[in-house]
Amino acid sequence: MSLLRLFISLKMGTSPFVLPFAALEVGQHLYWQIGKLRIHGQVFMTSWILIGALLTLVVVGTKKMERDPKGVQNLLEFLWDYIRDLARTQIGEKVYRDWMPFIGTLFLFIFVSNWGGALIPWKLIELPSGELGAPTADINTTVALALLVSLSYFYAGLSNKGLRYFEYYVHPTPIMLPFKIVEDFTKPLSLSFRLFGNILADELVVAVLVFLVPLVLPVPVMFLGLFTSAIQALIFATLAAYYIGEAVEEHH
Amino acid sequence: MNSLLIFGASEGGLFDFDATLPLMAAQVVLLTYILNALFFKPVGKVVEEREDYVLTSRTEAKKKLSEVEKLENDLKNQLKGARQAAQKVIAEAEDDSDKLYKEALSLANSEANASREKVRREIDSQRESALNQLKSDADKLGDLIVQKLLAAK
Repeated sequence: MSLLRLFISLKMGTSPFVLPFAALEVGQHLYWQIGKLRIHGQVFMTSWILIGALLTLVVVGTKKMERDPKGVQNLLEFLWDYIRDLARTQIGEKVYRDWMPFIGTLFLFIFVSNWGGALIPWKLIELPSGELGAPTADINTTVALALLVSLSYFYAGLSNKGLRYFEYYVHPTPIMLPFKIVEDFTKPLSLSFRLFGNILADELVVAVLVFLVPLVLPVPVMFLGLFTSAIQALIFATLAAYYIGEAVEEHH
Repeated sequence: MNSLLIFGASEGGLFDFDATLPLMAAQVVLLTYILNALFFKPVGKVVEEREDYVLTSRTEAKKKLSEVEKLENDLKNQLKGARQAAQKVIAEAEDDSDKLYKEALSLANSEANASREKVRREIDSQRESALNQLKSDADKLGDLIVQKLLAAK
């Protein structure tokens, strides 16, 4: 906490050692006003750029698809296969097809967000307030994703099993009921905070190291950050698929 | 004041929830539909078509392989039969030639025997006739000698 305070006070100019590229603004946002609504502009700017890049890759790769894959089609097919395996192992053979696009979108969106935030030198672009970074380092994004996962597994359970879905809450014994209800709240909480915390912490650690030792030392931490980013995307997608699989699973 | 800023008082903060949340959710749902149309469906189609193609090609190849094996077995059997037939023919020919040789040999032997017998018989008869001649000659001579001796007396 004292570190965060240090950076904020540095940015506010109370220290004589302010380095223009090393300061980190925590908890400041670029607000856009739409009617009565206020949104974090920096989150949407980065997410649009990254989604644009992702869609460009997809469009380029699927433009001319052949039975013998070439170039980008190989990459896309690898991703597709990876996501299918993920969805199939977690959700099960029966309904994984319905949920594969959702799981895949979660994985790809979180992955490009994390890596985009870590790889693209956003800090070179000056904003009036706040700064650009990974969209997943904003709590709004991660909570939005986690709530979507919650809605999905409820919908998956109800649409597949109808009201029998609620048998899940008293399975195997009714003693489980309070725990299962609490789980419905802890699932989105843990999903959102895990992702948010990891990505924000990674950005902070890199920024702190860049501030303290601007040469060489931050590089391994940056690589570690890339690793964490990829792992977090995989964890989020896997858990989302697991929750959906749990909801559609038939108890005998 | 700074810690207030971090933990989201009225203005900003790390946990500053606002309309970003529902808009981001809507954006992700929209992205799901877009990616489904642009990425998951077409790539899935291509991959599954290829999997089908590979599967059918494999079964076809297996069928062809079994056909080839069957043909190979047929040919092997034919070859085996042909080899056996050839060996039989050779054995028969060997038997034939053996038989012919034996026949020729026995014929030659019997001919030789017959001519030897004939010659021996001839010799015998000639010797007999010669002996008879000698005997009669000796008898004649004896008679002559007796007559001469008697006449001289």
